[in-house]
Amino acid sequence: MVLHLPPHSHKDIEEITYVIEGEGEAWIDGETCKIKKKVNAMFSHSPELIKELEEKTQRFRIEIIKMIYNAQSGHPGGSLSAVDSLTCLYFHQMKIKPENPLWEDRDRFILSKGHAAPALYVILAELGYFSKENLSTLRQIDSILQGHPDMRKTPGVEISTGSLGNGLSIGIGMALSAKLCKKDYRIYVLVGDGECDEGEIWEAAMAAAKYKLDNLTAICDFNRVQLDGPIDEVMPLDSLPEKWKAFNWSVVQINGHKMNEILKALDEANQIKDKPTIIIAHTIKGKGVSFMENKFQWHGKAPNREEYEIALQELEATKE
Amino acid sequence: MNKKIAIRDAFGEALVDLGYKNNKVVVLDADVSHSTRTIKFEEKFPDRFFNIGVAEANMMNIAAGFATCGFIPFVSTFSFLACLRAGEQIRTSVAYPKLNVKIAAGYGGLSDSYDGTTHQSVCDIAIARSIPNMTVIVVADAQEAKIAVPAIAKYEGPVFFRLSRAEVPIIFNEDHRFEIGKGNLLKEGSDVTLVATGIMVARALEASHQLEEQEMSTRVIEIHTVKPLDEKILTKAAKETRAMVTIEEHNIYGGLGSAVAESLTKYYPVPIEMVGISDTFAESGSYEELLDEYGMGVSDIVEAAKRVLKRKKH
Repeated sequence: MVLHLPPHSHKDIEEITYVIEGEGEAWIDGETCKIKKKVNAMFSHSPELIKELEEKTQRFRIEIIKMIYNAQSGHPGGSLSAVDSLTCLYFHQMKIKPENPLWEDRDRFILSKGHAAPALYVILAELGYFSKENLSTLRQIDSILQGHPDMRKTPGVEISTGSLGNGLSIGIGMALSAKLCKKDYRIYVLVGDGECDEGEIWEAAMAAAKYKLDNLTAICDFNRVQLDGPIDEVMPLDSLPEKWKAFNWSVVQINGHKMNEILKALDEANQIKDKPTIIIAHTIKGKGVSFMENKFQWHGKAPNREEYEIALQELEATKE
Repeated sequence: MNKKIAIRDAFGEALVDLGYKNNKVVVLDADVSHSTRTIKFEEKFPDRFFNIGVAEANMMNIAAGFATCGFIPFVSTFSFLACLRAGEQIRTSVAYPKLNVKIAAGYGGLSDSYDGTTHQSVCDIAIARSIPNMTVIVVADAQEAKIAVPAIAKYEGPVFFRLSRAEVPIIFNEDHRFEIGKGNLLKEGSDVTLVATGIMVARALEASHQLEEQEMSTRVIEIHTVKPLDEKILTKAAKETRAMVTIEEHNIYGGLGSAVAESLTKYYPVPIEMVGISDTFAESGSYEELLDEYGMGVSDIVEAAKRVLKRKKH
């Protein structure tokens, strides 16, 4: 195995330690080093970056609740569990130009679990893909913000999603396109755990491994709760990491609410060659709002006035 | 009888020609490339050919991903698998975002005759036609398949392109014109109009000669683009002949007959008889025998013309 470790591409990386297992050859800061063991680079990100991302995420949680409350419709549970990963991707990891959404060499993000759209919208608005005024129009007639992402209506949305199971396959098409054009843009796909009930996820898992798509990273928002109940009751996903490993993916497991873990996992995924990576992000559905946490009842329900106020109070308190 | 060439062979060769001319064309198949003939493209352009295995839904979405990056994917499988197994993916990821994906739906109608009902496709046009943003094209012979391929590649947007396994008579010569959305007037006539699509065009022409022998002046129109429908050529024919027979290798519900009736009921209602499969599944057998057995014989067209002439208002 040859690992290509790029020179420090992020200014905020303070130190790198290499954890070495197995045999191979590594290419570090432009120099080839023969090593006898596999290299995993551990990047330590600056506390400032972590803090900045954490603060953003907490603000986004508030916006998500506001949007869903205003619309009196939407999916708070999965939006709140996924927003940390999305924030890391959009405010640190991905090469994007919000002023030029169709920039050819951009990294692409696909929200395969399209019902977490509020989390994506609030981030796209923050980045300036469209005006924040649109956020209050979520799910209303004539809005650019549909109930599920629509690439033709919302700048920054790469592909329309919403019915589950489609996004990872679409990501394969994009990743193959990058390879065919010899471009180095990367594809990130956020899938839900309930979504992994869909057979097409596993069709995609096979195909991505066949084509050695190391430019494709999936993140599984593993909050263990789906629409109708806990996944262990609705459709158990036993041994999820082993399943992906068996499909020849590189697998990283993290706490999906810890910024440093998300950032590290994304860095690791960048280094893996010849296979796609899935980051299994252990998360809490409804994260940050006590009465929503781990409750399937909050998969797709808007809070009433009283619930809304409690939710805001709780989120404001953690913000500070 | 005219010389017979398989539509799938013409399609496979046309894809290769297109591959030389346009390096943005990629081809995906779901483990049936020997059947659909996309294997010919793979032989010439292995880097632009993707065999996704027996996973049509996955394949359709991969094609959508390619289209977002500026490629022109031709997605090839059997028609029933394209429109039914991957129907949701077509709707959500191809038609809804209006992506430039070309769905090459092989083995249309009863053309996979010996394999039987599971492999035959009698409701594909109806499904494809009812999906917003979708253009639906059904070719009549190998010559038309050959010229349709580059036209479809040039056209911007999703296309459901129904092909056939069968060897069918060549009815068009090198001068044949193919313009998406435009019907072709194949024969003038004033008593009745036969409107046909796909491989039934050859049978419609044969029926028209028999009708002429019985002194019924018969117009023949080929509709290769079932959607958007050429309403102009149909309305003109309705006004001038005031009786119509629609002819297709498809369930009489939801296909060409329905499309023509929907249009004429708005612009110029006339009696219509529909020749096609009478809302039933077929069975295994030789192709020609199945077409005759399931209501798509030349005699069925002749009889339908006589029936509609009786209903015609003079």
